[in-house]
Amino acid sequence: MKIGVVRFPGSSCEVDCLEAWRLVGEDPVMIWHQETSVKGFDLIVLPGGFSYGNYLRPGSIARYSPIMEDVIRFAKSGGLVWGISNGFQILTECGLLPGAFLRNVGLRYICAPQYLRVENSDLPFTNQYEKGRLIQIPISHGEGNYTIDDEGLKRLQDNNQIVFRYVNTDTSGNPNGSRDNIAGIVNKEGNVLGMMPHPERAVEEIIGGVDGKEMFLSVLKHWEGRSQGGA
Amino acid sequence: MEPKIWRDMGLSDDEYQRIEKLMGREPNFLEVGIFSVMWSEHCSYKTSKPVLKKFPTEGPQVLQGPGENAGIVDIGDDLAVAFKMESHNHPSAVEPYQGAATGVGGILRDVFTMGARPVAVLNSLRFGPLTEENNKYLLDGVVSGISGYGNSIGIPTVGGDVYFHSSYNGNPLVNAMAIGLLEHKDIAKGVATGVGNPVMVVGAKTGRDGIHGATFASVELSEEAQPPAVQAGDPFMEKLLMEACLELIQSGAVVGIQDMGAAGLTSSSSEMASRGNSGIEMELSLVPCRETGMTPYEIMLSESQERMLIVPQAGREKEVEEVFARWGLEATVVGRVTDDGMLRLLEKGRLVAEIPVKALTDEAPVYHRPSQEPDYYQKLKNTKLENIELKDSAENVLLALISSPTIASKEWIYRQYDYQVGTNTVVAPGGDAAVLRVRGTSKAIAMTTDCNSRYVYLDPYIGGILAVVEAAQNIVCVGAKPLAITDCLNFGNPERPEIFWQFEQACAGVAEACRALNTPVTGGNVSLYNETLGQAVYPTPMIGMIGLLKDLDQVLKNQITSEGEQLYLVGEREGELAGSEYLSRFEQLEAGSLPEPDLKEIQKRLDFILEGNKQGLLLAAHDISEGGLAVCLAEMTINCGAEINIESGNQLKVLFGERLGRIIVTAPKEKSAALETLAREYDIPLTHLGSSKGKNLKIKVAGQECLDVPLSQYRPLYESAIRDIMES
Amino acid sequence: MLKARVKVTLKKSILDPQGSAAEKALKSMQYPVESVRIGKFMEVVLNEDDKDKAEKIMHEICQKLLSNPVIEDYSFELEG
Repeated sequence: MKIGVVRFPGSSCEVDCLEAWRLVGEDPVMIWHQETSVKGFDLIVLPGGFSYGNYLRPGSIARYSPIMEDVIRFAKSGGLVWGISNGFQILTECGLLPGAFLRNVGLRYICAPQYLRVENSDLPFTNQYEKGRLIQIPISHGEGNYTIDDEGLKRLQDNNQIVFRYVNTDTSGNPNGSRDNIAGIVNKEGNVLGMMPHPERAVEEIIGGVDGKEMFLSVLKHWEGRSQGGA
Repeated sequence: MEPKIWRDMGLSDDEYQRIEKLMGREPNFLEVGIFSVMWSEHCSYKTSKPVLKKFPTEGPQVLQGPGENAGIVDIGDDLAVAFKMESHNHPSAVEPYQGAATGVGGILRDVFTMGARPVAVLNSLRFGPLTEENNKYLLDGVVSGISGYGNSIGIPTVGGDVYFHSSYNGNPLVNAMAIGLLEHKDIAKGVATGVGNPVMVVGAKTGRDGIHGATFASVELSEEAQPPAVQAGDPFMEKLLMEACLELIQSGAVVGIQDMGAAGLTSSSSEMASRGNSGIEMELSLVPCRETGMTPYEIMLSESQERMLIVPQAGREKEVEEVFARWGLEATVVGRVTDDGMLRLLEKGRLVAEIPVKALTDEAPVYHRPSQEPDYYQKLKNTKLENIELKDSAENVLLALISSPTIASKEWIYRQYDYQVGTNTVVAPGGDAAVLRVRGTSKAIAMTTDCNSRYVYLDPYIGGILAVVEAAQNIVCVGAKPLAITDCLNFGNPERPEIFWQFEQACAGVAEACRALNTPVTGGNVSLYNETLGQAVYPTPMIGMIGLLKDLDQVLKNQITSEGEQLYLVGEREGELAGSEYLSRFEQLEAGSLPEPDLKEIQKRLDFILEGNKQGLLLAAHDISEGGLAVCLAEMTINCGAEINIESGNQLKVLFGERLGRIIVTAPKEKSAALETLAREYDIPLTHLGSSKGKNLKIKVAGQECLDVPLSQYRPLYESAIRDIMES
Repeated sequence: MLKARVKVTLKKSILDPQGSAAEKALKSMQYPVESVRIGKFMEVVLNEDDKDKAEKIMHEICQKLLSNPVIEDYSFELEG
């Protein structure tokens, strides 16, 4: 599978994403934000970090990086796009996903382990989980408070676009005030995923857990199925 | 020249005379300004130099000792670790967010300047008690600043330490340590050599911020002190600068590179020329400025952040420009290296300053300050503590101690730090030391910061030893071998003989312990004049230590994870009340005579733990520090209770007495015998305390049941104490 | 050259975490405060002298970058 991880100025999780893909046997490529084409790629990852310092609004400037025009085209033609944390913020800023982000309700940055419930396991990104499973994936953000209007929320709910919700197993629950406890969503077509938690930080026991690894395996599984299907 | 001019810049009349003599003429305003910052304590170490000379700085592991932007130690396989600690106390007292943020920015530049990619930041913080609103405000601001800068640049903040004590009212300590990884071949240095090589300013534009910051850092805080414009940090700019510098260093085009920290262009240019035994000539009108009409004086003394000075090989300027342009940054040639040993400054071709470089760096005055034992020393040392008894039930004391902010969990603080980015953090904040794996190897590096300043106040020599011992214990408790230290020496006004005495004594203690434990000093920072309205902070020689784990799989936890683990105490059963948290909290007394630690014995105990771990006999280890054995056990049993039986001893001293060199370890039952045998081989005291069991911490001392607390009671207190104060 | 003074505010329907915090603090300080909303203020200097053109450019800039229409409203004033 040809996987590209976009590096914007100020990205900081791009190498972590590369390493996570290597761990499952892939050979991903870093794409500099000034490039203009994602031709030939099967998956584009928009990593976490502070693109352009997150100045103005997180993701607002990165969204106009040269590479994004082609990423948007790629997504609209059905290509797999996976935005993590700052990548999710970029995806809402450029309109590939609905909603927007506000500062966490507590007004503080939060880096902590977090429980999520897998709400949709029929996706290229989640087919290795059972629906309803609780997984632990860390969050690390200051502006992860997902907001969307009533209509938009209803559409997400009706179309089964909510992929992960924050849940409470001991203390945490909804850490940032996100509407409807939303931690991750997909577009209607299911090929563009945005999530605030960091699955690339949950792929090895030694760094604190492996619950995120199935996401990477899910994408590979989906890809195998597709290739064998001759698509 | 009017004396008022040099006096306002912080120079004494004698110092001004010395400048005239060195120059052989009357210096102009700009030249006096340059001398004043270069001869400030912050840049010249004029007071501390004679004392610092006594530190051991050599060892086979040391690749770069003091004198560069950061120290470097070898970790094998052609890899090395660069690290350094620095204070940002005064700026943080004035503007906590920016003060702390720029502190992190500055220390990171020191590390990547050496060619190392920063992999972690630690912060050692001291504030007045959180019962005062201003201290809450400072803690909140400082933590936000560290979080804002560190998270944004994408380098994990993985640990540090935080204490609260009234001596820090109005003068908090904010010490930041950065750690970087590099290959031996990429070591870069701050030297200007090669006549004709260009001198380039790269990164942010120069503005009027922070002019005379280095001088400000060297005077006491008072109500009248006029702080300079506080520098504002731009972590995004710094990240770009870091990537560009590392890329450039790897290209081999760099002769020398240095951060523009305190005293900005002045110190970076003169220090680089001094190390290279060369001169530097610069045309100041070429320096990219953020504001219009900046004078040469302002350009030379600006402390605008996120700038570096680079000397590349002549002919490779274009390459430098291209690398920086790729990261959206400017790189501008502003001068060249000369061979006449002068710092020569021009403004549109007109000579505006000409100073022998060595006069700025090597000829700074050195002061042998008078030193005198303070009155309090003998008095506190001779305070009788024999009649002190446990004031309350052991349970109540334990609960009070673990919910006091100095001891309680620092989770409220570190959950604001991205401690995971880079996905190498094996032991996150909350462990005895932080541990980061070194990708591509089986190794890991351990890092910690420590200093109990109450001990140092009571006995600066012993306290200095103990700061190093505690750091070494923390490194060993995660299974790593101590390698070397950096320090940040925070003291009051050294012109007062009793403060200088504290400084001398504490440094002697640090030196002694570093020699005994084989952890040379590779650099650091001195922060003097930490006083508010004549009150000095407790002497605080902060120690930042690095350790190496050869095998990542051998990392030790500091908590019990399952029932049936056997708990052992390495070291004496009883601690002392002198300088203890108990005494301070329950008797409102900070006094007593600290026993002089036996460093050979402590080294033996540390070696025993490393060997026991290597042989696979250990599951967890945690050192006994503030609050004593009971607090240590409570911290270890957050997830699983324990039943402890200590056969003899004074209840108060066993439970809450403090004495460094004591560590609690746990072993699986089937390894107990082997561990006991090993202790006999090492000839160290090892006491079986009991085993992990149930959901309570139960402690019996000398046959008497003295404590039985459910962890459901103490865990929430421990975990939420600081949050409850800060978010109430 | 024309200068635009831009105000970006959160839409009324959007909860404002910063504003709520400031509001709570002011109320606890006993000020007669009803509510606080926090927004952004920006100054944009345009290389354009024609007011009509400038206005058109400013609307475009505000919609594309300076505000996020999903959660924010904007307004601006032009001065010479």
